[in-house]
Amino acid sequence: MNSKNKKNVIKINEMHKWFGSFHVLKNINLEVSLGERIVICGPSGSGKSTLIRCINRLEVHQKGHISVNGIELSGDLKNLEAIRSDVGMVFQSFNLFPHLTVLENCTLAPIWVRKMPKKDAEELAMEYLERVKIPEQAKKFPGQLSGGQQQRVAIARALCMKPKIMLFDEPTSALDPEMIKEVLDTMIELAETGMTMLVVTHEMGFAKKVADRVIFMDEGEIIEQNTPKLFFTKPTNDRTKLFLSQILNH
Amino acid sequence: MVFGKNNYAPGTHPDLPPPPGTVGVVGWLKNNLFSSLSNSILTLLSLYLLYLLIEGGLSWFVVDAVVSANDKPGCRKIGNGACWAVIVKRFDQFIYGFYPLAERWRIDTSFFLLFIAAAPLLYPDIKFRKYMLIFSCFYPFIAFILIKGGVFNLLTIETNLFGGAMLTVIIGVTSIACSLPLGILLALGRQSRLKLVKLLSVCFIEFMRGVPLITLLFVASTMLNYFLPPGTNFNLLIRVIIMMTFFSAAYIAEVIRGGIQAIPKGQYEAADAIGLTYWQTTRFITLPQALKISIPGIVNTFIGLYKDTTLVVIIGLLDPLGIGRAALADTKWNGLSTETYLFVAVIFFISCFAMSRYSLWLEKKLSTDHN
Repeated sequence: MNSKNKKNVIKINEMHKWFGSFHVLKNINLEVSLGERIVICGPSGSGKSTLIRCINRLEVHQKGHISVNGIELSGDLKNLEAIRSDVGMVFQSFNLFPHLTVLENCTLAPIWVRKMPKKDAEELAMEYLERVKIPEQAKKFPGQLSGGQQQRVAIARALCMKPKIMLFDEPTSALDPEMIKEVLDTMIELAETGMTMLVVTHEMGFAKKVADRVIFMDEGEIIEQNTPKLFFTKPTNDRTKLFLSQILNH
Repeated sequence: MVFGKNNYAPGTHPDLPPPPGTVGVVGWLKNNLFSSLSNSILTLLSLYLLYLLIEGGLSWFVVDAVVSANDKPGCRKIGNGACWAVIVKRFDQFIYGFYPLAERWRIDTSFFLLFIAAAPLLYPDIKFRKYMLIFSCFYPFIAFILIKGGVFNLLTIETNLFGGAMLTVIIGVTSIACSLPLGILLALGRQSRLKLVKLLSVCFIEFMRGVPLITLLFVASTMLNYFLPPGTNFNLLIRVIIMMTFFSAAYIAEVIRGGIQAIPKGQYEAADAIGLTYWQTTRFITLPQALKISIPGIVNTFIGLYKDTTLVVIIGLLDPLGIGRAALADTKWNGLSTETYLFVAVIFFISCFAMSRYSLWLEKKLSTDHN
């Protein structure tokens, strides 16, 4: 990896998590450097979504350490707010606020968390809505948009907080095939700006195109990680080989 | 190209109008009233019954009705229909109770100002809303001073002179206005992660819902005295309003809790992920959505509360129903219960129907789906 001399923005050290007595994440060690683009893949139930949800503490880990931007994730609310405003997240089911317009969805956090004046927040939001190519929908409600448009609004909403890290939790899994491309294109453009990204996805084309590193998870463990080129051509672990043969040869 | 056959080349099919007789008035009549032979017969039969009802009703209500007479025999001499004279003679009492005649302008003024105070709360798009809201904040004090008096040279009016529709409006509007915020707090409290807050909310809600309103009113009118220090004179009307507020707040809390629970988990995750605090999430995400979902239930509770104000008759307050019963007890008007109760029903129906229509309008306005 060519990022050894770069600053680590996420450090996960011997992290474990349980749902009740079910051990979902086992001894996770992961370091992400600034500007790195990581794709996490694996069969469903392998804990990949849970892993990235631990990074902004939507899920609470029970053992080990996670630090983001040098801040340790703990029960301390002040730390949590600082981390959450630096980490943007995009969900599988968009999770836009249906009672607010597209513009209001984007300006809510800048106004109330960043304490930005309303006018500035709106200008910022319009800037990002233009970047995701839907400025003309600003006054509409999420329910009036297509799935692909909603997901692009969700990306713009996260970007309005000017996050240092973006987490994507299966962002295209709930979309019709013809809309997947418009969302992936937006994500590729974002990757080209140098954003640090952790993306849980089954879109292997996206992984090949933009990822610096591909991580394969199964049954709560990181089984294998490598550059996309080596990951797809020379997987070492049997489970990785099986997974790749299943998703690439259908 | 031949008409009547679908022989357009692929991709050239134009938009055609629907077949005649399926849209418009004719289409509607055909679909809904005369769709089959039996349906047509039922339609005609219903029309005939409706005619009988209206014809008979009109003669009793209007044609043969008597508006001015001094007592019931006087009415009967003039006509066989309704004897509205009892309402006309006692109309002032139905509206103002026993509020002194010379001071009734104070009730009228308060009632008029109520609309100005309520407008910015009920219609979010109104002009100068910010300034009007300031007035709304002061309105309760203005109304209290106007109605009760005692300052600014206004004669003090004892609350036992309050009665009629005015009493209903005072109890109903105050309880409604107070029970919504209290209900919201209770609903949030019941969902709270703080154990003590949750326990207190649950106890309050379950107790209030588990006890009949009449019992609470009796407690308000008699038993409260035992618990208060001797000599405290705590106005009966205020006690009644407090009990009504608590009672409906418990119901409102449960309605709103239903709304809160209907919000998908993803909404909270999204709010967390963009860094909103608990109170910011509650204010911008949870409550707007929960209240919108709960509108029918909330208004339902309010309408119930408004009608339940008639129960104050039992502890001796004279709302329109009480005034009506007093009128019937008068030997001059003995036996005119149909007219009296119909009028009381109309008083309540106007308010409740208005609330119901308002809630429908609000639901439509807040809808953000495909239009």
